[in-house]
Formats: sequence, C-alpha cells, structure tokens
Amino acid sequence: MAPTETAPPETAPSDPPIQLLDRSGKLSTDDRLPLDLATVDLATLHRDMTLTRRLDTEAIALQRQGELGLWPSLRGQEAAQVGAAHALRRQDMVFPTYREHGVAWCRGLDPVALLGLFRGTTLGGWDPYAHHFNLYTLVIGAQTLHAVGYAMGLHRDDSTGTGDPDRDTAVLAFLGDGALSEGETNEAFVWAAAQNLPVVFFCQNNQWAISAPYSVQSRIPAAQRAAGYGFPGIRVDGNDVLACLAATRQALHRARSGGGPTLIEAVTYRLNAHTTADDATRYRPAAETEDWAARDPLERLEAHLRSTGAVTDDHFTDLEQRERDLAEQLRAGCRELAEPDPASPFEHTYAQIPADLRQQLREHLEFVSTGPQDGERQ
Amino acid sequence: MVKALNDGLRQALTDDPKVLLMGEDIGRLGGVFRVTDGLRKDFGDLRVVDTPLGEAGIVGAAIGLAMRGYRPVCELQFDGFVYPAANQIITQLAKLRHRSAGRISLPVVIRIPYGGGIGSIEHHSESPETYFAHTAGLKVVTCSTPHDAFHMIQQAVADDDPVVFLEPKRHYWTKGEIDPSSPQPLDRAVVRPEGTDVTVIAYGPTVPVALEAAEVAAEEGRSVEVVDLRSLSPWDTTTVRASVHRTGRAVVVHEAAHSHGFGAEVAARLQDEEFHFLEAPVVRVTGYDTPYPPSRLESDWLPGVDRILNAIDRSLSY
Ligand SMILES: Cc1ncc(C[n+]2csc(CCOP(=O)(O)OP(=O)(O)O)c2C)c(N)n1
Ligand SMILES: [Mg+2]
Repeated sequence: MAPTETAPPETAPSDPPIQLLDRSGKLSTDDRLPLDLATVDLATLHRDMTLTRRLDTEAIALQRQGELGLWPSLRGQEAAQVGAAHALRRQDMVFPTYREHGVAWCRGLDPVALLGLFRGTTLGGWDPYAHHFNLYTLVIGAQTLHAVGYAMGLHRDDSTGTGDPDRDTAVLAFLGDGALSEGETNEAFVWAAAQNLPVVFFCQNNQWAISAPYSVQSRIPAAQRAAGYGFPGIRVDGNDVLACLAATRQALHRARSGGGPTLIEAVTYRLNAHTTADDATRYRPAAETEDWAARDPLERLEAHLRSTGAVTDDHFTDLEQRERDLAEQLRAGCRELAEPDPASPFEHTYAQIPADLRQQLREHLEFVSTGPQDGERQ
Repeated sequence: MVKALNDGLRQALTDDPKVLLMGEDIGRLGGVFRVTDGLRKDFGDLRVVDTPLGEAGIVGAAIGLAMRGYRPVCELQFDGFVYPAANQIITQLAKLRHRSAGRISLPVVIRIPYGGGIGSIEHHSESPETYFAHTAGLKVVTCSTPHDAFHMIQQAVADDDPVVFLEPKRHYWTKGEIDPSSPQPLDRAVVRPEGTDVTVIAYGPTVPVALEAAEVAAEEGRSVEVVDLRSLSPWDTTTVRASVHRTGRAVVVHEAAHSHGFGAEVAARLQDEEFHFLEAPVVRVTGYDTPYPPSRLESDWLPGVDRILNAIDRSLSY
C-alpha cells in the first residue's frame, strides 16, 4: 500500500512577540502592554543585567579551571530574568529551574551561594525562605507543581485580593520551553486554572532544550497554549527587558489581586551551549547563534541608555568597578566554599535521625576519620 | 478500620488548622472507600479538597502547600495509581529536607489503600511498599488494626517528615476496639501474641493472616510469636531482634513479590546481627515474582495460612 500523503502541517498564526525596546535601543509603546516609564529604574535594570552576565562569565571560567563541575549559562537571557525579577515584591515566592542566576541575583542571594550546587559542596546552597527564592530544581517541570501548591497556600492564607500591597502575594514559577512538554507542567496549568491560583508561569523559550529545537516540543507558540487551559497567555520579546518587566508586572498584579494565573512566554535565546558539558555545534548552525547575538538584550539597553543620555558616564565606570569586584568575590568565594561535613547527609535526611541511620553515621565517621590504611585492611 | 481512619483524620483536622486533605473524589463522595466521608461537610472544601485527576499534581502541590506551612494529607486512590506521583515523591518530597540542610520541612502524608484480596481488577491490588521504603527521606508505615489506624494516622500527620501511609484495603471493614489513650510510638513494632518457638514477622494486610496461622499452630502445640512491624522505614530492628533472639527462628510474610522484597531486608539484618542465635534460615512467605494475578487466582497466590504454616514447619525442621 502506498503511504498516504499528509498535508504539510499548517502552522498556527502567531503575532510577533510584544516589544517595547527594539534591537537598536529605540523605545515604543504597545497598548497591550502599558508601561509607565516613570516607574522604571533603567540604570538599575542595566546594572543587574550587566552583573548577572559577569556572574555567568566568571562561573564559566571557574568551571574551565576545574573549580566547578558544571555550569548552565544564562547568557542571552538576562533581560528575561532581570525584567521578570524586577516585577516581584519582597513577599512573592519564586520557584526557579537551574538557570535563573539573574533572578537569584535580583533576589539578593549571595552570588557565591549559587556556586555550591555546581561545585558539589551542597545540593541546595541557600535559605529558600529568606529570599523567597526556592532552591534550584533540576527535574524538568517538577517545580511548577510546587508553585501551584504554594499558591494554594496563599489562597488559604487570604494573601491575595486584600488590596494591601504588603500582604497580597503571588508566585512566580520559571520553566523552559522543554518543560512545556512534561506532564507535570501540564498538570500545574490545569490546577492553576481550575482553582484560579495566584501563580505566574514564566517560560523562557530559549529555542532549545539541550539539542531539541522548539519545534520538537510544539507546533504553536507557548503562550497560545494558555487559552486551552483557560487563562491568559502573553508572548513578549524575551530580549527586551522592558517588555519582560511590563508583562510580569501585569501578570503578578493580576495574580495578587485574585485574578488568577498567566503564562508568559519570553522569546529569547540560549547563546551558549546547554551547559559547560555540552557542545552546541553538534546540533545548531553558527549562523543562528550569530543572528541571535545581534539581538543581544544587554547591548540594546546600553544603546538606549547611551543614546538618550539617561545615565551619566559615571554609571558605566562605576559598573566596571562593580563587575571587577564581583568577579573577585566569586573567584575567592568559590574556593572558600566550605567542604561539606560528611555527617550532613545523615543529619538532614529526617527531622530526627533514626537509630539505624545513626549507627550507619557512626560507622561512616569512623571509616572517614581512620582513612585508608597503607595496604592494610582493618 | 475505615471509621477509625475517618475518626483519626477528623481529630487531626480539629487539632491543627494547618492540616488539610486532598485527593481524587475525597470530598463530595468521601473517597472511594469512604475514609473521608463527611469531612468536607464539616471542614469545608478548602480543607478537604477534591483535586483534579493527576497524582503528580496531588503530591507536587502538597509540597508547595507544606512549604507554605500546611500539613497536607494526600489520598492516592489506589496502590496501582501511585506511580504517576513517583517522581514527585522520590525526587522532590523525599529529598528537599536534605537538599535544604534541614530548612525545608515537608510534613506530607500520602495515604494509599493497598494490597490484594478483594477480588479487584488490575492495578487495584498492589504492594508498592519497598519502592518507598528504599527511598531515603520517606517514612513508610502500615496499620493492621482499627486501633492502630486511628492512632497511626494522627501520628503520621503530626510527624515532620513525609510519611507514606499504607492502608490494607482488605481490612478496611475489619472491626475492633480503639483504646483512645497511650498509642505506641509510630516507629515501634508490636508483639501481637507472644510465643517461644518461632517468630512470624508481618505487617499490614498479612498480620491477621499470621495471627490465624499462629492460632492453628497453637492447636498443634506450637508457640508462635507474631511481630507486627507497623513501620517499614525506619523499622524496629530492636523488637524483631529481641524476639528472634529468644525463638531462634524467623518467618517473614508479605504480599509484595518475593525477590528484593522487605523480607530480604529482614533476613539480611537477622543473619548479620543474630547469626549465632539463629537455629534455622529465615524463611520468606510472599507473593511471587509475577505481576499481581487475575483475582480468581489471588487466594492461592497471596500468602495464606497454609503457606505460613508450611514455612513454620520448615523453620522448625532444622
Ligand atoms: C525530568 C527530566 N528529564 C530530563 C532531564 C535532562 N535535562 C536537563 S535540562 C534538559 C533540557 C531542558 O530544556 P528547557 O526546559 O528548554 O530548559 P533550558 O535548559 O533551555 O533552560 C534536559 C532534557 C531533566 N533534568 N529532567
Ligand atoms: Mg530551553
């Protein structure tokens, strides 16, 4: 039997992502995404994006020097992360993946703390409650459900819709384009919709899930999926920090005031390989990466700042010094990260260590303290 | 036992406003086994939550709720449907205390009606206990009497660690007295009848079977001690060892498959720590290394009184 001919798939119509700052650094407005520039601190956005990039660059260098086992680079995604993070209030809770170094930075985490997981000194590294920034989640999509549960808690705590800016709280869950295909992510969307929960899903569509291009995950833009679940989806230029800020503000505001979830698709690009262990030349053409490099999120903000004179030259010189300080802090801090205590896995597996595990700990510590016996077994 | 669990959950909901129940069909319907019957009416739909149909969602959302200070009690409708939630249970729920160096505490209970013997269809008779007992960071317990069901469910809710709470569904309709005072600690095994010749170690659904076997054996002049483990992780090696130390013989019973089952763990520990006191090899009476069979075969497939008696004979023959 001859194979049946199937018509080529009709791609769903999609609007270009909403943009407020174009690649030359020119501002525009869009009725769908109003942004009062008086409420935006462009210099701080630029500072945070610059320092985030520097953090990333230093971490890659540390990996190359053998100080880190692995590093997932965020290069190219600074606008998406810093824009989204600047829309947060202190009490809002963030559930990141493993790439949100820019959000961590804006949440006030000690940047050195981000290195521990990748150096192997810890499986976590910070207090998730102190910064309202959960630990990184490596299992794709798993954190979207934690965000949903936390939002269920907010709902029960009457922490939405009171009108009190210090009380009303939302959850911001990050995910990648690959995570869109996970069952758990889809469950999270279903739950959030059915219960109208105060959660914003921020999908950084960086076009790749390791070697899988976006077309492997979906035939339609991610933002369009939201309609199927029953909540708004918005697609923004993820290399435009203002569009990301405006969209996240709008969505978090809706969530905090009881208006339910939103899916934001920030269309961006992973300029580096998936991690330091990956070789992106095996699966994507250099031309593609070059094309996206020309849309660099940091360069366009800088072009804007320079052309409008919104900041003085001091801003740039000060920033250079801060970058050097940060680099030094990371280099020194990384090497000074405390080695983990061999007892710590035993101590924190349960609230109270069970008797059998205590015995295992005793034996293990004895083994560790005795060390190898030259050629002689105990 | 259903009533005891219901009373226990009601008490937990009353004692702590942060306790909430969530699962499929647990609210309006009261659960397919009616364990949560009437609770939604009395505590409202924010505390007795009919969830969307998604097991990963139930456990994943419970993790987020716990991070917000709640104590969620999840019902997974049947043993065979826990697997969609396995990722959340194993990679997230069990690990977050450890990953956060103790900062994140997840007092989540996962109730699972489990085990066979009720003539049910596929996926409704399984014994998944070792998957969870093998996962560090989880506690795994199972009750065999209404008294234990009443107390253990409350203790599980009050526990600061995640607890997989296995309810032997073929004993849901078993009747029994509840002594409201002085429950045993959750992680303690209990010696049911004392005996001197051989120790039979059982838990959950097989405890009443072991007790029946002990009675028959007694008529034949054999004194069988039955230890009800109650907690599989951590498990009470002290009580088990003390018993086997005296009797010198051990038979372990469970419905789950033979190889790599909990019985292997018990046997390994006994040979390691009671080697000089064992008069016979540790004998296992278990399900077989097959998928759970069609229900018309289950009465012979499951460890029953006769197979336990045979095992006792074998142990005593050394
Ligand atoms: C459940 C699961 N499956 C597979 C992996 C291995 N893995 C790590 S990152 C990744 C790709 C994720 O892509 P995406 O969601 O787009 O995020 P990105 O890495 O682009 O930020 C994969 C497959 C994983 N971590 N978790
Ligand atoms: Mg991606």
